[in-house]
Amino acid sequence: MSCCAPGTEAAIELAGGPGDLPPSEELMLASRSLGDGCRQIDLSVPGVHCGACITTLEGALAGQPDIVRARVNLSTRRLSIVFREAGEGGPVDPRAMLAPLSGTGYAIHLFTPGEEEVDLELQGLIRAVAVSGFAAANIMLLSVSVWSGADHATRDLFHWISAMIAAPALVYAGRFFYLSAWNALKHGRTNMDVPIALAVTLSYGMSVYETIHHGAHAWFDASVTLLFFLLIGRTLDHLMRGRARSAISGLARLMPRGAMVELHDGQREYRPTGDLKPGDRILIAAGERIPVDGVVETGSSDLDCSLVNGESAPLAVAAGTAVQGGTLNLTGALTITAMASARESFLADVIALMEAAEGGRARYRRIADRAARYYSPAVHLLALLSFIGWMLVEGDIQHAMLIAVSVLIITCPCALGLAVPVVQVVAAGRLFEGGVMVKDGSAMERLAEIDTVLFDKTGTLTIGKPRLVNGGDVSPDLLSRAASLAAGSRHPLSIALHAAAGHPAGYSGTLREIPGGGMEAAIGSDLWRLGSRAFAGGAGGVDDRPGGQAFSEVVLSRNGTIEAIFLFEDQLRPGAAKTVEALSAEGFDLAIVSGDRAPVVEGLAQRLGIARWFAGLSPRGKTETIEDARGHGHRVLMVGDGINDAPALRAAHVSMAPATAADVGRQAADFVFMHADLGAVSHAIAVSRRAGRLIRQNFALAIGYNVIAVPVAILGHATPLVAAVAMSTSSIVVIVNALRLKGLGRRRVKGQEAGAQQGFAVGRERAA
Amino acid sequence: MNTLVYLIPIALFLGGLGLFAFLWSLKSGQYDDLEGAGWRVLDDQDDRPKP
Repeated sequence: MSCCAPGTEAAIELAGGPGDLPPSEELMLASRSLGDGCRQIDLSVPGVHCGACITTLEGALAGQPDIVRARVNLSTRRLSIVFREAGEGGPVDPRAMLAPLSGTGYAIHLFTPGEEEVDLELQGLIRAVAVSGFAAANIMLLSVSVWSGADHATRDLFHWISAMIAAPALVYAGRFFYLSAWNALKHGRTNMDVPIALAVTLSYGMSVYETIHHGAHAWFDASVTLLFFLLIGRTLDHLMRGRARSAISGLARLMPRGAMVELHDGQREYRPTGDLKPGDRILIAAGERIPVDGVVETGSSDLDCSLVNGESAPLAVAAGTAVQGGTLNLTGALTITAMASARESFLADVIALMEAAEGGRARYRRIADRAARYYSPAVHLLALLSFIGWMLVEGDIQHAMLIAVSVLIITCPCALGLAVPVVQVVAAGRLFEGGVMVKDGSAMERLAEIDTVLFDKTGTLTIGKPRLVNGGDVSPDLLSRAASLAAGSRHPLSIALHAAAGHPAGYSGTLREIPGGGMEAAIGSDLWRLGSRAFAGGAGGVDDRPGGQAFSEVVLSRNGTIEAIFLFEDQLRPGAAKTVEALSAEGFDLAIVSGDRAPVVEGLAQRLGIARWFAGLSPRGKTETIEDARGHGHRVLMVGDGINDAPALRAAHVSMAPATAADVGRQAADFVFMHADLGAVSHAIAVSRRAGRLIRQNFALAIGYNVIAVPVAILGHATPLVAAVAMSTSSIVVIVNALRLKGLGRRRVKGQEAGAQQGFAVGRERAA
Repeated sequence: MNTLVYLIPIALFLGGLGLFAFLWSLKSGQYDDLEGAGWRVLDDQDDRPKP
């Protein structure tokens, strides 16, 4: 991918549609208050590459009066914007405020990083690394002069200075390990931190004792260096730990706060959603969400049901249709009769499903924790045995103690503590370059284990945006006429039609939009209609298309005679076919789980060559499909984007969502991929597997080093010099091995990237 | 031996200075965007630091 022509770069990001901003409602929800009448919002802009991109984006927003500051972060590919809550003309509309961004052509996604509080623990860890690094460097220099043969007085002086530097460093930087070890011991367990805390404390104590008695050997350098290396590992590990995510609270926010209820005497009253009872008549204006499950009493409209079935195509409703809570009323006013209270409605059901699924993930134990369970008792036992052994042989308690401490220091899980986090950080960086964000290090461990991949259909395998398929068959005149009528509507098919004709100017005369029907305009003496067949086709409005349902259609008619039929289909996500092929070649078990109608799902499954598919699934159905696979011993990767996928994303062993996904879907997934190309899925699997292999290699290296070093220590030959050299080299070897992922990984996944480039090329053609 | 009396404090002081500088730079957000800072040098539209 080359730098840097912003327009073309961004045109590649087809999924978001260049410059397609999220709706105001979501933007406002994603922003957070800074307290002084300002709000901050973070947007993810995967397309930024260089200084020109920074200038373009920041320059586009510079003129906006309500924006306090906008700053691009090139490392994290994010744009953070601080804006005033209320401008001169009342509350600020974030979408309007950010409108200049759509002109820049960059794909923009919402970014909500769980609870983005300042990470105090991380800051503390970095400070501790700095302090222990300072102490380690100084003590090491003093030690070097002792090793190279300082006379006795100087040696004692250096030892005392070392002791004075080490003491505060151990207390300040070592507190993480002491607290964690204490916690473990209090609950009657041991963890990796117990031998660490023991080794550090004992070696310091022994060294002070030696110094007081003018001994030749002191271990100050070992105890502080140990701490320094371990803290680096701990800091990286903290970076890779998943934050508490607010997927569920995000979902709860979609529930409207209240609704207008019409009482029996015709009066109207605004009631909180929790107080709505079955039997209430609720008035819902266009643009409002339906608060509870119910039945339409009067009115007709189009509903955005993406919450329920993940489909972007609106559903036309009229009197008598059942509607579900959480769906968005798009075009006309409705009166519904509530059939359930908020607690029994659809949305509450999904939230409950997610809460139930939340527990399944917690059962997974991280590789490092599993290793610690065996490692730390073994180390304690070894130190104890060498202490007893030397007591039996020599009977000198001081010498035996010294040996036991050196065994503890040598076996300290220094390389082991670095083995996992370094690999995960490098792998996460590698994935980020490929446009995949990792939210949790353990997710990579889990991704390496999967054998089954389930895909959602709309928004995942397809882009979820309709595309005109028969544009060539319709005369250009009729196409531009239809497009000029469509310009006034927000129906997804109208938008697609308008875009297919090259965004012509809208019709300037009187134009009426009939909810659930379409557009109507009188041009000259003719009545033109654009919309569904039943609406525009008049008496001839019978759907007689062969195998009809795989395509959506819009009809253009003049005085009731059909002039043109426009057919739309959902376009395949770039790279989808290639990815599916690659995954099944690697032996993964693939399936589609969709909320859509069976003929559409079947058609797509056949096109992609996926044998197993499930159609018409509710969120519960998707979750049950996953539970079922789990019951048969499979480990499932779920790739999905909608709110209806969220419980399934949570229930799966590991999950991925595109950046275009609904907020809740992104929150629930472990990985988020930024680019339109579905190749990110196989890329992530390849990198995770490679990372898993490197982690095992690192464990082997660390343990192999112990096998050599421990006998040396037990036999009493481990002087401070030997310990320092052995400890540092093993850590360096482990880190260098992890860095191989950067170079080798690149060569390994090159093939896939070439595929991705091809996908981009397709995207570019379509965008052009 | 005599030289050590002032050499060691000087060494520790200089090391401490480095530590302090690192902690300060960390606190003032110098590491927030390592890539972007390099590009911003080349931006010749506005020389004043952004608020």
